[in-house]
Amino acid sequence: MSGTDATDTFRQEAQELLEQLEHTLLDLEHEPGNSALIDTAFRALHTIKGSGSMFGFDAVAGFTHHVETAFDLVRKGIVAPSRALIAVALAAKDRMRLLIEHPETTDTLPGDAILRDLRAIVDAGAMPAATDESFAAAPAAAASAIPEPAAGATWRIAFQLALDAMAMGTNPLLLLDELRALGTATVVARTDAVPPLNMLAPSECHLAWDVVLTTTHPRAAIEDVFMFVIDDMTLAIELAAPAPEPPACHEPSGKETEVAPGAAPAVPPHTAAPAARHNGEPVAAEHKPAQPEQRNAKAVDSIRVPAERLDELMERVGELVIVQSRLTQIAAASHDAEVKSIAEEIERLALALRDTTMNVRTVPIVQLFGRFRRLIHDLANELGKQIELITVGEDTELDKTVIERLNDPLIHLIRNSIDHGLETPRDREAAGKPARGRITLSARHAGAEVLVTITDDGRGLDRNRIQARAEEQGLLAPGVKLSDGELFQVLFQPGFSTAREVTSLSGRGVGMDVVKRTIEGLRGKIDISSVPGTGTTMALRLPLTLAIIDGLLVRIGTGRYVLPLSAVQECVELSPDEDARPHGRNFLNIRGDLVPFLRLRELFDTATPPDRYQKVVIVVSGEFRVGLVVDQVIGNHQTVIKSLSKLHAGVRSFSGATILGDGAVALILEIGHLVALGAAQESRLKATV
Amino acid sequence: MTKWSGGRSLAVLTLGMQSEIFALEAGYVREILDLVPVTGVPNSDPYVDGLINVRGKVVPLADLRLIFGMPRTEPTIDTRIVVVEVPIDGDPTIVGIRADKVYEITELDAGSLEETPRIGMRWRPEYISCIGKRGADFVVVIDIERILAGGAAGDEAALASPLRLGAA
Repeated sequence: MSGTDATDTFRQEAQELLEQLEHTLLDLEHEPGNSALIDTAFRALHTIKGSGSMFGFDAVAGFTHHVETAFDLVRKGIVAPSRALIAVALAAKDRMRLLIEHPETTDTLPGDAILRDLRAIVDAGAMPAATDESFAAAPAAAASAIPEPAAGATWRIAFQLALDAMAMGTNPLLLLDELRALGTATVVARTDAVPPLNMLAPSECHLAWDVVLTTTHPRAAIEDVFMFVIDDMTLAIELAAPAPEPPACHEPSGKETEVAPGAAPAVPPHTAAPAARHNGEPVAAEHKPAQPEQRNAKAVDSIRVPAERLDELMERVGELVIVQSRLTQIAAASHDAEVKSIAEEIERLALALRDTTMNVRTVPIVQLFGRFRRLIHDLANELGKQIELITVGEDTELDKTVIERLNDPLIHLIRNSIDHGLETPRDREAAGKPARGRITLSARHAGAEVLVTITDDGRGLDRNRIQARAEEQGLLAPGVKLSDGELFQVLFQPGFSTAREVTSLSGRGVGMDVVKRTIEGLRGKIDISSVPGTGTTMALRLPLTLAIIDGLLVRIGTGRYVLPLSAVQECVELSPDEDARPHGRNFLNIRGDLVPFLRLRELFDTATPPDRYQKVVIVVSGEFRVGLVVDQVIGNHQTVIKSLSKLHAGVRSFSGATILGDGAVALILEIGHLVALGAAQESRLKATV
Repeated sequence: MTKWSGGRSLAVLTLGMQSEIFALEAGYVREILDLVPVTGVPNSDPYVDGLINVRGKVVPLADLRLIFGMPRTEPTIDTRIVVVEVPIDGDPTIVGIRADKVYEITELDAGSLEETPRIGMRWRPEYISCIGKRGADFVVVIDIERILAGGAAGDEAALASPLRLGAA
């Protein structure tokens, strides 16, 4: 199992840290003065360096060390977080990722180039005294650059670590050593919280410490000692002896400020430690309220679970739902009231369990949106456009699989919007718009679907050009009048392009047809709307989950099939007239609209005689409707989707299979494919008329 | 006839299709079931035109008789489904195999195993690993991986995640 592989754990953790670093850097670009962001970046770098060297990623650690040093200077206010610095830091972050993912990389040139740039920026940005110093010596210069209490100050430090601190890898002795290294320290341990020996769990940290430290270092240096445990501990630092200058004023206004001496004068630190702890009872529970409020509760209360275990769980729940529906069926036929009530109870539990499990699999879409900030940042630079990214509804939750598979199509759509949609700043100003273009990513729930939209405020789509181009390429019959929505679907045809010039972005990777196929593969839909001069919106509608759908159960011959209910518009009876019409003229008149229909009996080579009254289920995919002729419409059916094996990969009419209440397998019809067959039939007919 | 190049004895499950005795390497076999209701898959390869429910999993059902050019026959009281787990394109996949009769798990010792003769065979030699003897009868050890790989068409991959196989 991969979870036990420490290297994998490091990779996974580093991946998250790098992502966090990237976001922080991008935020910092907008708010260079935000010291909390600088601290976050520094901490991320420090952790990557530390755990990198712990797990043998020495190249990573070595490289990161230099970046960390630079950010230390930023943190101390010696170097400003300029755009240039952030650009280099982003490049450095990419380099770290490469080194982590491919530790065998031996080519150090790109890394050296990044470090050279970094040093140039740092040297230029640093205070004059530091300019000539070597890189490594810079921090020392920095420290002396800040005015300090001349003779040093005496601090009273009281701290208590979280109960599980040692289990988490913190060694209190090292913390104390670090404090001692800062100056003259007297350490007193407070043992009043230690439980009696028979209650004592040796891995728990019940001790608290009072330290009196005389040092020339600033307060920030003391806080740095606790940098990596600060979130889970209580810490009070106060001046014991007056200093020439209140040290609080040159301390970064980070999250630690609530322990500033002015703010919390002489709060006895042990008030934080719960009084009644001798019997060593549920310590964790009573410990909680004592924690500083700003502690990131989310990080503590969540656990990391491999996605495949969630898949397995979902599968088990799916099986449970199937078995439960069998039980319900049997109970319905039974006369035993007790059996009936148990079956009902189990049904309620199984459905609740299903909902909970589906919930567990969902993640907020911010995970996805967050990745695009960098993309947009880079594209803006590359294309010389100014772009503002606005995200709406980042908390909207979606199945993790859906999120993963949305990545590539969204990248493509965003690229399109930036490359083709947004104008250059000059064109925008000429059109009376702000020079800075705007891309809005939004997500929200709409019924059983999630609506994801990408909106730009660019030039909009040129209807006439698209129509002309589509006619030229034979994708549309000349002179056909289409609604915007219908016409813009042409953009998803393979090979369709109106690009005037080929840029480095277009023609790369997936095309719009692949985007559409991916979205439809997720049982979603994509629509485009556009207003010339004002902008374009791409709207993606996606199901909440991939695993379970509401289905309509139908019978064709002896076989039962499931249609996704979301695609079903209505069911009608096939009139004898329409039934008797010669083949090739399979059209229904649905309130004035001609809708082509497919006889599934023929498509599936059904041998049994047809039912007397054939039914038509009208399904819709995109803009197109088609009727599917079946023998019988059985009813609604909650469907747990099982994928087909590779042995049936060539069968396009079915998107999967499910297990019915009686244990039999039923196939799920692939609406997109069937509608395409219907559309082909229609165009054949039009061609012959 | 030449000795089989595998050079080891094989634990196999012997099964009957028509009047012939075939063998599957026992390592592939997960379980043997009585015949269950089969759902037809229209427009699929004729030899895998069914799906069955194996304890909550949807599993394709292969009829190897068609691979070996035999006619389909009505199921009898002896008809069984041999559930195997076989890698297809690198993914372990569970497949049911229809057998007219299942005999036994047995050991075919190395000395009795021979290479598939290139000529004089009724069946496509590439689908056969080797030929062994069981008493006076010949036993045809089939290369199930190759047969199923040949049937896996393209990578027009199915929609949801590939068939999952947690140990049941």
